Amino acid sequence: MLFCSGVSHDPGCRMTRLIAYIDGISMIGPGFRDWPTAEAILAGRIPYTPAATELPTPMTLPAAERRRAGRSIKLAITLGMEAASRAGLDPKSLLTVFTSSSGDGDNCHEICQTLASDDRQLSPTRFHHSVHNVPAGYWSIATGAMVASTALCAHDAGFAAGLLEALTQVAIYVQPVLLIAYDAGYPSPLNEKRPIRHVLGTAMALTAVRGPRSIAQISANLSDGAADRFGDPTLEDLRSGVPAGRSLPLLARFARREWGAVNIEYLESTVLQVEVNPC
Amino acid sequence: MMPLVLSGYTATTCLGHGLESMKRALRDARGGLAPCQFESVDLDTYVGQVDGLDDEQLPASLREFDCRNNRLAHLALRQDGIEELVRSTIVRVGPRRFGLFLGTSTSGILETEIAFRHRDPVDGALPTQFNYRGSHSAFSVAAFLRALLDIEGPGAVISTACSSGAKAFAAAQRMIEADVIDAALVGGVDSLCLTTLYGFHSLQLMAAGPCRPCAVDRDGISIGEGAAFALLERVDTKMSSQSVALLGVGESNDAYHLSSPHPEGLGARLAMELALQSAATEPGEIDYVNLHGTATISNDQAECRALIAVLGADVPCSSTKGATGHTLGAAGAVEAVVCALALTEGFMPAGINTTVVDPALGVRYLTSTRGLQPSRVLSNSFGFGGTNCALLFGRLA
Repeated sequence: MLFCSGVSHDPGCRMTRLIAYIDGISMIGPGFRDWPTAEAILAGRIPYTPAATELPTPMTLPAAERRRAGRSIKLAITLGMEAASRAGLDPKSLLTVFTSSSGDGDNCHEICQTLASDDRQLSPTRFHHSVHNVPAGYWSIATGAMVASTALCAHDAGFAAGLLEALTQVAIYVQPVLLIAYDAGYPSPLNEKRPIRHVLGTAMALTAVRGPRSIAQISANLSDGAADRFGDPTLEDLRSGVPAGRSLPLLARFARREWGAVNIEYLESTVLQVEVNPC
Repeated sequence: MMPLVLSGYTATTCLGHGLESMKRALRDARGGLAPCQFESVDLDTYVGQVDGLDDEQLPASLREFDCRNNRLAHLALRQDGIEELVRSTIVRVGPRRFGLFLGTSTSGILETEIAFRHRDPVDGALPTQFNYRGSHSAFSVAAFLRALLDIEGPGAVISTACSSGAKAFAAAQRMIEADVIDAALVGGVDSLCLTTLYGFHSLQLMAAGPCRPCAVDRDGISIGEGAAFALLERVDTKMSSQSVALLGVGESNDAYHLSSPHPEGLGARLAMELALQSAATEPGEIDYVNLHGTATISNDQAECRALIAVLGADVPCSSTKGATGHTLGAAGAVEAVVCALALTEGFMPAGINTTVVDPALGVRYLTSTRGLQPSRVLSNSFGFGGTNCALLFGRLA
């Protein structure tokens, strides 16, 4: 893994390779019900039909939590469960990295509305759902996982930041790591200030060693350059319209079994360059 | 795990700006909590408010980031020479090999809370000047400091409620150990806002007076605001034996409840055990524990059960939240700095406001500051969602 540009003023630049295998993927978005659907669309085997994102209620959640689960929780938990299951991994054993730009935007809206009103009394449930790591908490309750989880935010760079964190954890702990990137956006008026055009997310199970379910091997480095975009305006709208959608160029490579480097939007002028290799 | 040195650190809380005021207050067992007069809040409670934020100015080119949380970050960064140290380290290692990992729970949401009072009467729109990326976004404080310090390496905000500031250390440690970066600025920044004040009030978890961690009559938390930063680097053989090092990290989940800790503190116990394990440290080597110690009935009880299970009942411990208030997403970083001061200055801080320690807790809680030199200390941070993180610090051998 090379973490420097070609500019030679960087004396600390060294080569390090961080490698992981992708063992299970999920994706949910508008017209994307699950990974097999997404894979077929991204590989061009079936045409894309726009439709509102369907969010199933995760039955793995205890009844009380299920009732309280908003869109972002349903999205994150469903994504994680599908990817873990496709990877054939026990969700309880997985280190998890959750990444989202805005967390639960509906809940945030309700809190701000209440606090701007004459009666500022918040509901306790609203309040404890205000933390960014709510899906991580629900995940651990649903699966019984006591192993570490984290919850990140990096604005539009959240997917790449989460992927980098997951790759680092795989290298350090030599254990499978589940990355869950999701965004459900805000209602108006926050939506106008922070437009997140779609409800969309993806999860992938990263492992340190190649297994029977491994789909591809990836390695990544920070690089200068432009993020890969889609020529297809519909796919490009999904990529650019929601932070978790920045994962789509990588997902398309997996779907098409197309190998080589893909540039994913990262912070400022940098990209996370992911080398996708067959395995 | 690979130990890292804290080559610089600072903290700004209601105890004052920078290390000197924190050191003096902790040594003298003084606190900074005062009756809440924050903004338009009408709650009968005490808060730990940082002085000077109304007058703090961000550089003109970075005004888009102006909000209470980023002002606090800016003010804290200007203390103890940390900004200069960071700048010179970036020059030394290169901007792409320098990372930034910060914890926050509420970021600049105060701006949004205020903006919602000024929605357009016709279309409900928020005021034109409201800037989501510069204030509300959980990443805002990191975007601001990346721009201010010209950091080009990996970065993220960790937002896991009240363990955020501690987990920022863990994230940076991994990236340095994996050789992705050579150094990182880590820390936590969280500022007062209505969401947390009215939120903890709704959970009936706020103390009427200054909070009394581990007291027999404890009645909840006092919310504070704070920012703390540390510069983490690999240990260099030339470093002095007085330097403070991050020796161990333990992270876990309760898998129990979103806002109540596991009654036996199972997740907390696991985090402490993992921290000891990663530092190859025996329980008997821990000289002092800076507790999460929020002063709620359930946290202190669960944490003390976990503490006794892992370290026994004799290890001296205290919570400094009686002095600083609970700085939420910054607490892990603020208390990491408390631990660094304990190690370098040779004292174990008192848990102030607590007069009678709850005998049912069964721990050796310090109600007065001890002038004893610890060599290995543990700092606990737990949060909503059942997230736990324990950091183990020591002096370089």
